[in-house]
Amino acid sequence: MNSLALSFELAACVAGLLLLIGTPVAYWLAYSHWRGKFLLESIVALPLVLPPTVVGFYALLAMGPRGPLGKMWMALFGHGLAFTFGGLVVASVVYSFPFGVQPLIASFEAVDRKLLEASAVLGSGKWQTFLRVILPLSLPGVVTAVVLSFAHTLGEFGVVLMVGGDLAGATRTASIDIYDRVETLEYGEANRLALLLLAIAFGVLCLVYAVNRRVWTPAWTRWTAK
Amino acid sequence: MDTMDREVNSLRLVACIQKKRREDASFILDVSLDAPPGITILFGPSGAGKSTLLDCLSGLLRPDAGKIAVCEKVLFDSALGIDVPPQKRRIAYVFQSLALFPHLTVEQNIAYGLRDIPDQDRRRRMEEILEAFGVENLRKRKPAQISGGERQRTALARSLVTEPRLLLLDEPLTGLDAERKAAIVEDLRAWNASKRIPILYVTHNREEVDALGERVIAIDKGRVVGHGAPMEVLDAPRRKRLAQAAGFENLLDATVVDLREQDGVMRLRLGESACEIEVPLAHASAGDRVQVAIRAGDILLASEGPRGLSARNVIEGRMASLEQRGTLCIARVDCGVTFVVHLTPGAVRSLKLAAEKPVWLVLKTHSCYLVD
Repeated sequence: MNSLALSFELAACVAGLLLLIGTPVAYWLAYSHWRGKFLLESIVALPLVLPPTVVGFYALLAMGPRGPLGKMWMALFGHGLAFTFGGLVVASVVYSFPFGVQPLIASFEAVDRKLLEASAVLGSGKWQTFLRVILPLSLPGVVTAVVLSFAHTLGEFGVVLMVGGDLAGATRTASIDIYDRVETLEYGEANRLALLLLAIAFGVLCLVYAVNRRVWTPAWTRWTAK
Repeated sequence: MDTMDREVNSLRLVACIQKKRREDASFILDVSLDAPPGITILFGPSGAGKSTLLDCLSGLLRPDAGKIAVCEKVLFDSALGIDVPPQKRRIAYVFQSLALFPHLTVEQNIAYGLRDIPDQDRRRRMEEILEAFGVENLRKRKPAQISGGERQRTALARSLVTEPRLLLLDEPLTGLDAERKAAIVEDLRAWNASKRIPILYVTHNREEVDALGERVIAIDKGRVVGHGAPMEVLDAPRRKRLAQAAGFENLLDATVVDLREQDGVMRLRLGESACEIEVPLAHASAGDRVQVAIRAGDILLASEGPRGLSARNVIEGRMASLEQRGTLCIARVDCGVTFVVHLTPGAVRSLKLAAEKPVWLVLKTHSCYLVD
């Protein structure tokens, strides 16, 4: 399997998992009145300011044969977590967490509270209100969260190197492949991959900004109307 | 008990609520109310606690203590630990902001509360309500694509289609001209004639009270300060803030001079002036400080000293200022204290009124109300 395909697989897994985990976390952070919620907010934002090597280092310790995550994984699946694709996914979810959660928090918070109250008095519980009001009105935020966590995972290097090692076909992602090619002086191949990643990153960011600027608003409205 | 009484009793709202405001410790909402089917107006100045009260009734806010029952069903009882969540109360609530769902069409907005209703029933109710509130032609439009009045109709339809036990309206018709407002109120009344539920209508607009109200509950600073027919409650206000809100332009400090029990009147001296007027007798004694409220539109103005009048109060003064706002002329007359008098432009012309001219004010005894 080539490294680019592996990167895409990893990014897709991480973006999907982050949406599943990030949505309830973002919901809670957006609507909780708990005074200590700044603590969780800080934890969510932590990967933004930490060097990838720090996240990678602790992820590696946790996933090691004596780490809590490693032991659990061993008990469940009969093999270790470190230096596997699964390990990469877990570490990347942690590292991309702010990118998957913060756009959701922002868009949930932007929904007018009166709409939620209107939904409640019209007979919808919290779950129904989430599905029928919050989620449709937060679609640009959801798209942003998925796209950013996908792109961020695609571009990460340090964490993947620390946790995954550099095993061809299992943990050698595109960003590490580029590094390897440069080491072995295969500049042409490195350039091809690098250019591809650059183009993808640019395309993805264009998508995010266009969605948030509502470039496609008319199409969007037609779609949600039906 | 005849059937009418039974209907009225079984459908009424009975509530008694105490609630402190989180952001303002000095404010306490402490009210008891009882509303039969039909429109009951909640009237009071802004900040009086009207919206807090509606939030408590709907279940969006949890009262600190009290009891709420609609249709003899207890929805909240702090003593028994009952607190039915808002989505189970079957109380419709139309906010001032309307809160229409911007991503849904008019039709989808109105159908929002009908999720658990069988298809056929839902269709019937939708057609009924779309027609009753005249929004059939707007089905596929989004809230952003319809007018203010159409949005207000949609919000009402969305609430009423759920067949609630109680309807709460928080100034839902602000910003509409009188004609459109009257049309919507007419539709609401027609709907209410077939579906007899209590409707609590919040407003601080005196004209809306006159257009709507059979019953008024006046609220000020978290307390009920009057209830009954609009005339009784608002035309003889018992409190200063209510008097201001109800449109009494003249609120004057006065001292009781003497009581004339056999005539049912007493004399007041206004402010520090020598000016005395006769007002209806109230519980007071000579020397008491009181306030008297008089509507600017209830005062007659004469350019010469009038004679042979039944009115007991004729006060001489000087025109201090005169301004015109639309078709209303507002005169300020200095008689030792300043009175505000409303006149028509025609009256101003025919009396050749202008600033500095001497004028006489005529007040009927029963146009003067004492407030405490």
